[in-house]
Amino acid sequence: MSDAALFELCLRMGDNALILGQRVSAWCGHTPVLEEDIAMANVGLDLIGQAKLWLALAGEVEGKGRSADDLAFLRDTRDFRNVLLVEQPNGDYGQTLMRQFLFDAWHLPMLKALCASAEPRVAAIAAKGVKEVDYHLDRSSDLVIRLGDGAPESHAKMQAALDLLHPFTGEMTAADPIDEAIAAAGLGPALCDVAARFEATVAAVAADATLALPSAPARIVLANWRGKAGRHTEEFGRLLAEMQWLQRAYPEASW
Amino acid sequence: MKNEWPLWEVFIRGQHGQSHRHVGSLHAPDAEMAIKHARDVYTRRNEGVSIWVVKAADIVASAPGDKQALFEPSNAKVYRHPTFYDIPDEAGRM
Repeated sequence: MSDAALFELCLRMGDNALILGQRVSAWCGHTPVLEEDIAMANVGLDLIGQAKLWLALAGEVEGKGRSADDLAFLRDTRDFRNVLLVEQPNGDYGQTLMRQFLFDAWHLPMLKALCASAEPRVAAIAAKGVKEVDYHLDRSSDLVIRLGDGAPESHAKMQAALDLLHPFTGEMTAADPIDEAIAAAGLGPALCDVAARFEATVAAVAADATLALPSAPARIVLANWRGKAGRHTEEFGRLLAEMQWLQRAYPEASW
Repeated sequence: MKNEWPLWEVFIRGQHGQSHRHVGSLHAPDAEMAIKHARDVYTRRNEGVSIWVVKAADIVASAPGDKQALFEPSNAKVYRHPTFYDIPDEAGRM
């Protein structure tokens, strides 16, 4: 059971990083200003680097000879374990920043907790990621505050982005049986501990950004629709098609 | 032009003990963002241990036209250059 739980943990962490990295890299060359373009690309590259480590460990634990690339490019929709939030379309720049902030606010306490994992390889990957994600959260929360507490137009866009994306955070803070198995094996934290930190960060940043948090509890809105169990939203198929087409069209192509 | 972010000059200290060096410039709405942008644009390959940013408009520069008056006189005073000393290798960079 412990190996199965470890495999799932690596897929969940790896797929979150991979899919958000894929989304973010689509901005390369298209962000509003040059400085943001480079910053955004840096974040995408950090995430793809983390995905590589998680998925390589997943393949190792699984023991069927699958590499990180095999897992990234040859799995189908239902085999992906990323949360719904990270697969949501880029939308406008405010929507991209809000998605990044909501994920970072969860990702940082999650990685910090994983540094204490009973599995040393998990702890090592988490420790490397913490330094990167610390900066991601610093950057995304700063931008959410600036734009939320900015001009009327930027405020309206950030409020719309928060209303749109906040419901997707429900599955990040509510444990399912696999999360419980991961916690029971000492591989990862109880999600309620991460949830408390996530909610505190989101509440503080929303207050500074003069944004109103949606009143419906996020975990109820999407109770039966969870990316981490392989049930994804419509846009996810298109994302995979774009990400995987080369390996699908030319199997084992490399350069 | 009114909506353009101001220009900032970026100085980075590569290692402890060295001085900050000018590495380039960027646009940012304020100092805090300028530091973040400098980090993202100029330290991607582990170039720095410290960043300074200065508003380009706050830099007072010598006028190119004054070059002769400012720099020629010292060029002619060869006795001010410490070229008559042998510097031992152990002394390192001077």
